[in-house]
Amino acid sequence: MSTVLDVQDLKVSFHTRNGVVRAVDGVSFKVEKGKTTGIVGESGSGKSVTCYSLLGLVPMPPGRIEGGSAKFGDVDLLKLSEKELQRIRGSRISMIFQDPMTSLNPWLRVGTQVAEPLRLHEGLSKSEAWKRAVEALREVGIPDPEKRIHQYPHEFSGGMRQRVMIAMALITRPELLIADEPTTALDVTIQKQVLDLIRDLQKRLGIAVVFITHDLAVVSEVCDYVNVMYAGRLVEASPVQELFARPRHAYTQALMRSIPALQRKGEPLYTIPGLPPDLANLPSGCAFRPRQTPERQALCLTDRQPPLVEVSPGHWAQDCPGCLIRD
Amino acid sequence: MSFLQIQDATVTFPARRGSEAFTAVKGVSLSIAKGEILGLVGESGCGKSTLSRAIMQLQPLTAGRILLEGGDLSKLDSHQLRMARLNFQMVFQDPYASLNPRRTVFSTLTEAVRARTGKLPKEALWERVAALMQRVGLNPDFALKYPHEFSGGQRQRIAIARALGPDPRLLIADEPVSALDVSIQSQIINLLLNLCRDLGLTMLFISHDLSVVRYIADRVAVMQNGQIVELGETGQVLTAPQHPYTQKLLEAAPALRLAEV
Repeated sequence: MSTVLDVQDLKVSFHTRNGVVRAVDGVSFKVEKGKTTGIVGESGSGKSVTCYSLLGLVPMPPGRIEGGSAKFGDVDLLKLSEKELQRIRGSRISMIFQDPMTSLNPWLRVGTQVAEPLRLHEGLSKSEAWKRAVEALREVGIPDPEKRIHQYPHEFSGGMRQRVMIAMALITRPELLIADEPTTALDVTIQKQVLDLIRDLQKRLGIAVVFITHDLAVVSEVCDYVNVMYAGRLVEASPVQELFARPRHAYTQALMRSIPALQRKGEPLYTIPGLPPDLANLPSGCAFRPRQTPERQALCLTDRQPPLVEVSPGHWAQDCPGCLIRD
Repeated sequence: MSFLQIQDATVTFPARRGSEAFTAVKGVSLSIAKGEILGLVGESGCGKSTLSRAIMQLQPLTAGRILLEGGDLSKLDSHQLRMARLNFQMVFQDPYASLNPRRTVFSTLTEAVRARTGKLPKEALWERVAALMQRVGLNPDFALKYPHEFSGGQRQRIAIARALGPDPRLLIADEPVSALDVSIQSQIINLLLNLCRDLGLTMLFISHDLSVVRYIADRVAVMQNGQIVELGETGQVLTAPQHPYTQKLLEAAPALRLAEV
């Protein structure tokens, strides 16, 4: 299996009036060809910043990449100039976003937008690019693409707009697709269609996918490998089945326990006590300590960050005596 | 007698230039008992929101009636209607969009309280606002802060406090947790359940997330193309769905399959 993207020890921070916010603090992960790697976490855990920083989409300043590397083929994405990144963005690495209502330009016909990557990266003529765009729309299951291509985004439903985004992202046949909460804004039935579509196209084209979400249920459906992020760091990383069968870190377990589908009716829903920590003011040692039960809190590391250890083959978790649950 | 009764409600939006007449709600009949939580499930565009607007008396019915404790709401004059409307309050999906960013929590909540009570002396208002904030789990010391100073979960608490301001009897919650993180979701669901229990509120809980509905609702109504296609006890509808559309919805829900893992 070949590795498409290899991120090592990525550190991104934001320099704000309230101090330095360490949004991503030493994150490492790999993405394999034809596989889907999930990044799960709550708002503010750093999952989106991780991916945005790879494509140079973090505004600098206030953002700053403090260290690390991101090997994509034989280049390090973090070392590229804006110009070199422009050649990769939208051609070899594509991205789809949460809200298809705001990420399409309401003033431009759908065809113009879907064909744009071809015009920019492959220098095709308008008529040729539009011909390919019709094919791309057909490929993502938009009925009557010859007619629809001339319409504007407001003439499409939410699910259809997300299909347009996917067509646009895949029209250049990228090696890597980054999907940032692509189904969060959609209804369940549409969500399923879009997830199935991404999976189908991935199989057919053999692309690698990074899937960012806060929804563990979606993760269980689409991902092969899962990275769980908390307070800018990975707390657990594992193949998906292993993670759901044997979550080892207290935070992952707490997240799973708070899914309403898994709770008996009538009992109060489990909630994780406290709030996610302030990233400008992280506690030293284990970041999850303030939200642990008192008896476990006493065991948590306070003097240093818990390192990731391999608890079973391929399954990594932060080695904090209070948070890591061993057999 | 049921608390709220919807009889054969139909809402048709008349034809305009360039569009044909559209019937968003087609002869819906529902009744909600006092203290009951009714889940309303369906996709975008199925008429859920139009139905809830019709209950709020924000959208006149083309045909049918809505009865609150036996009294026909459409027979009220505009003043009576304004008072009756206070009995229904709504909580919306996006707490970022539904709160006025230029008003403090105090200002937002006093407006809601005054809608029912009229003018109140300052001390009494403060008392009411502090009680509301405590009820939804917010510290009353933050009453003079603005919405942007709160997190998403806290904002939804403010929106819930505002809905409770005029002492409503029916709460319509339109996707109140869909925009929130999992861990915050559970807190808000717990809060809504406690409020219904403690205040004897009746709730119409609109959602497309079946796992949340399964947990919170006593009964579920499944809506498709403006019609209720299935209605029954939550457990029964979700474990033994009769209508093909309910079956399709259940099949699409990823969380429920997770439960079997």
